[in-house]
Amino acid sequence: MSLLDVSDIVIRYGRLTAVRGVSFSLNEGDILFITGPNGAGKSSLLRAIAGVTPIVGGSISLDGKSLAGLAPEDIARLGLSMVPEGRHVFGSLSVEENLLVGTGMHVGKNGWRARVASDLEAVYDTFPILRERRNGQAGLLSGGQQQMLVIGRALMTNPRLIAIDEPSLGLAPNITDQVYERLMALRAQRGLTLLIVEQSSTRAVMTGGRMVLMRGGQIVLEGDAREVGTGDQIQAAYFGYEDH
Amino acid sequence: MLQIVFDALTLGSLYALGALGIALIFGVMRLVNFAHGDVIAFCVFALLWPSVDAVAIVFAGNLPWYLLIPFVVLVGAGLSVLCEIVVFRRFRDASPATMMIASFALGFVIRYFLLMLFTSRPKSISLLPALSQPVEIFGARLPLLQLITIVTTLLVLAGLTIFLRRTRFGLEMRAAAENFAMARMLGVRANRVIMLAFALSGALAGAIALIFGSQTGTADIQMGAAIMLMAFIATVIGGLGSLGGAVLAGFLLGAASVVMQVVLPVDARPFRDAFVYGAVILVLLFRPQGLLVARGTKERV
Ligand SMILES: Nc1ncnc2c1ncn2[C@@H]1O[C@H](COP(=O)(O)OP(=O)(O)O)[C@@H](O)[C@H]1O
Ligand SMILES: [Mg+2]
Repeated sequence: MSLLDVSDIVIRYGRLTAVRGVSFSLNEGDILFITGPNGAGKSSLLRAIAGVTPIVGGSISLDGKSLAGLAPEDIARLGLSMVPEGRHVFGSLSVEENLLVGTGMHVGKNGWRARVASDLEAVYDTFPILRERRNGQAGLLSGGQQQMLVIGRALMTNPRLIAIDEPSLGLAPNITDQVYERLMALRAQRGLTLLIVEQSSTRAVMTGGRMVLMRGGQIVLEGDAREVGTGDQIQAAYFGYEDH
Repeated sequence: MLQIVFDALTLGSLYALGALGIALIFGVMRLVNFAHGDVIAFCVFALLWPSVDAVAIVFAGNLPWYLLIPFVVLVGAGLSVLCEIVVFRRFRDASPATMMIASFALGFVIRYFLLMLFTSRPKSISLLPALSQPVEIFGARLPLLQLITIVTTLLVLAGLTIFLRRTRFGLEMRAAAENFAMARMLGVRANRVIMLAFALSGALAGAIALIFGSQTGTADIQMGAAIMLMAFIATVIGGLGSLGGAVLAGFLLGAASVVMQVVLPVDARPFRDAFVYGAVILVLLFRPQGLLVARGTKERV
């Protein structure tokens, strides 16, 4: 059974249909890139999976359990952690407080204090700059540091699946390299499943894994990132030449 | 002189507590809760039996202070949470304007409920009469109540600060106040945080009811509205959603009112509030975002 099953989902904003019948599934430990031009519906799709944006058709299930009607906090508590577009650090909170916001779901479980403390150390080991700035105000971090913070913050919920919307947006390429390097290490260490949205397929090709290309609310191309991402069809699919 | 300082602090305390009650709820759900004043009035009337007489028939008001205070505070918290569950929960996704109108309507419901039971005639009550005795400090004779009001307010503020800074609930509330959607994606339970904000706000309403009721010695259905207006202004000047700003502006407004009462020529004193509002407009002209800007509101898209 797959970890995440997205089946034929439709998302509308008023009369605009942003996502029209998208399906895919993810197994434990998989990595899937959702790429495509601006306005393709990638963020809408991710927000729907996280329970933030309602769907008008189709179904989403995690571990075989339907997510229909669940609030974002319930979905987060099932192990699906979302890093939305635009980072959204809690700017007035300290770096460490940001990291702790998502640990409420562990409170009361056996040995949770020790667990949270060790998770915190693990995040600091992954992103040493966060340890350095742990008591500083999160709003004062640079863009790259904020990206690390929101990924670290998502990891503090101990997710099985982490969904990240455009992690490279606004980051210098070498910082993006660092972020991806850490993500891949986490995947290798704890079998984390990754669902990553990026506009371009460059990262998908560099990293490997599966890739789907969305345009106009639909999946227009899918397959192994290294094959699909470097093939001839990608340009046409990205810009939509094949329509005419 | 000392008397003026204490008057200003006392009035400022009331405004600050009121403003805090509004800012707490605004912080987590962008709701300007105009029913807050009526919750304050309700708390006072909860101490009385329904009657149409001018002299109140006291019911819970005769309790010893160590029962009376928790009783009123719990009534406030309870009513406020009830408002959330019955009314505001249904408006969570509504626009701030819709929510504001809903709060007006709810305020009227509470007010007319009291009107039905008690009529509109203000009633004299004597709450905690021991507190009206004067005490001497620094050579000035002050009613004990003033001193207690100021000390209580400072304790409440300190307690709330510790709660927000040092506890998990507080952390979740601060995160939710800054970016509710993001907090939920991290597993923070929306219902719990919002109910907590309403409970705290209602408890503050109870505290105001006790202080105001003891100060004025009357139970008046309109009493909440008067404080509410100033408290609301304080939250706006303070920077909507900023708790520190709300408190600061509450004290400033209290001080401004008292100082104007003293310095204005006798003929102009009836228009004191007009001068206070004039000062408010000036502040907003120069700092339209409020004195202290709530951090989350800048980043929100
Ligand atoms: N909250 C919203 N309200 C109305 N329309 C929206 C909203 N979010 C996205 N859209 C529209 O839906 C379409 C898909 O947007 P989005 O999911 O953000 O795409 P992408 O992330 O691929 O750029 C776009 O046409 C966008 O304008
Ligand atoms: Mg997007």
